Amino acid sequence: MYSQGLIGTDSRSEETPEFLEAFQKRIDADEKIEPNDPMPEGYRKTLVRQIGQHAHSEIVGMLPEGNWITRAPSLRRKAALLAKVQDEGGHGLYLYSAAETLGVSRKQMTEELLSGKAKFSSIFSYPTLSWADIGAIGWLVDGAAIMNQIPLCRCSYGPYARAMIRVCKEESFHQRQGFEIMTVLAQGSDEQKEMAQDALNRFWWPALMMFGPHDSESSNGDQSMAWKIKRFTNDELRQKFVDATVPQAEYLGLTLPDPDLKYNEETGSYDFGAIDWDEFWRTVKGGGVMTRERLAARNKAWDEGEWVRDAALAHAAKRKARKEAAQHAAE
Amino acid sequence: MSSEIPLWEVFIRPRNGLAHRHCGSLHAADETMAIQAARDVYTRRGEGTSVWVVPSAAITASDPENKDENFEPAESKIYRHPTFYEVPDEVGHM
Repeated sequence: MYSQGLIGTDSRSEETPEFLEAFQKRIDADEKIEPNDPMPEGYRKTLVRQIGQHAHSEIVGMLPEGNWITRAPSLRRKAALLAKVQDEGGHGLYLYSAAETLGVSRKQMTEELLSGKAKFSSIFSYPTLSWADIGAIGWLVDGAAIMNQIPLCRCSYGPYARAMIRVCKEESFHQRQGFEIMTVLAQGSDEQKEMAQDALNRFWWPALMMFGPHDSESSNGDQSMAWKIKRFTNDELRQKFVDATVPQAEYLGLTLPDPDLKYNEETGSYDFGAIDWDEFWRTVKGGGVMTRERLAARNKAWDEGEWVRDAALAHAAKRKARKEAAQHAAE
Repeated sequence: MSSEIPLWEVFIRPRNGLAHRHCGSLHAADETMAIQAARDVYTRRGEGTSVWVVPSAAITASDPENKDENFEPAESKIYRHPTFYEVPDEVGHM
């Protein structure tokens, strides 16, 4: 989902050719770049944008699933979903911290999310209508996220790569719990199987869109590849995801909603039908079914939490003042 | 809008016998909340038995610009490593 973070990035740099060449040499030698190292402004900006949007996606991603916590069908499912949603919050925090090492403040990033200036992954602009959607999200959405994030563990920027390693370790459980939900539903009553199929029908194409635009439409892809921010192109990752997921759907006995999907003997991959790019761009640009609701929910949480943040800071200031007064008196 | 909440660096000891190790950072109003948040954010899967939090502003770091003058001299002094010296085969392990 996170290659969507690159859309519209200005990765041009105005540094001298010698500086850029020396930087590229470090990248080519697989050296990691750390926070205070010299880096082209385009590299920094691209990362701030990508990591920021990745973080926002984790935070907003808590909303569609949080919608089902109180209605999970068993205590086992509820405990797992709670843990998953808590993980997403944690992932957002690791990523915000990684972005902050590049000189952008948490406050600035929060404001950009709340105002709608910064984007989050298109996938979270779709509603979660039934319990099966929680299964489909874990299986497909987290599956696609893992496909995207595993190569990011080798990203040239150290703090981002380290955050990704933690995230990937934790996300494996997310995908498995989703697949387990789908398995139980697919092997259940006719109504349950129908529910699972309906969720798959609605989430399949949006999951493919998570990998971002076609390589030919992805204007900054080449520079990001050269800087080793990205290690695979959008289309390469999308193909890997399709190839990994088709046999899983067959196991479930569910049908992927794509009449053009078929195995290609020559390439050893599955060919798939055309993605509705109009829907993709509409959603990315803020016109998704749930985009406004998601932003409204984040704004509400932020506004209603303001007094808590203020009180915590006031309390800390008061304790600090008391401690200093006591020290002063003792001297 | 509130003012920026301070940043803390988090260090975790995975288990007794190992040193605390830097694992990330977080924002918290004071040290009590920083410890609680560190527990929630960084130890959800048994990653540690002890947490340190340090205000990020309290850390002094070496300047990456001076990396060569700081650390290159160590690389050229190979005689500081045991493999620099020859031990006769007859003597065996030393």
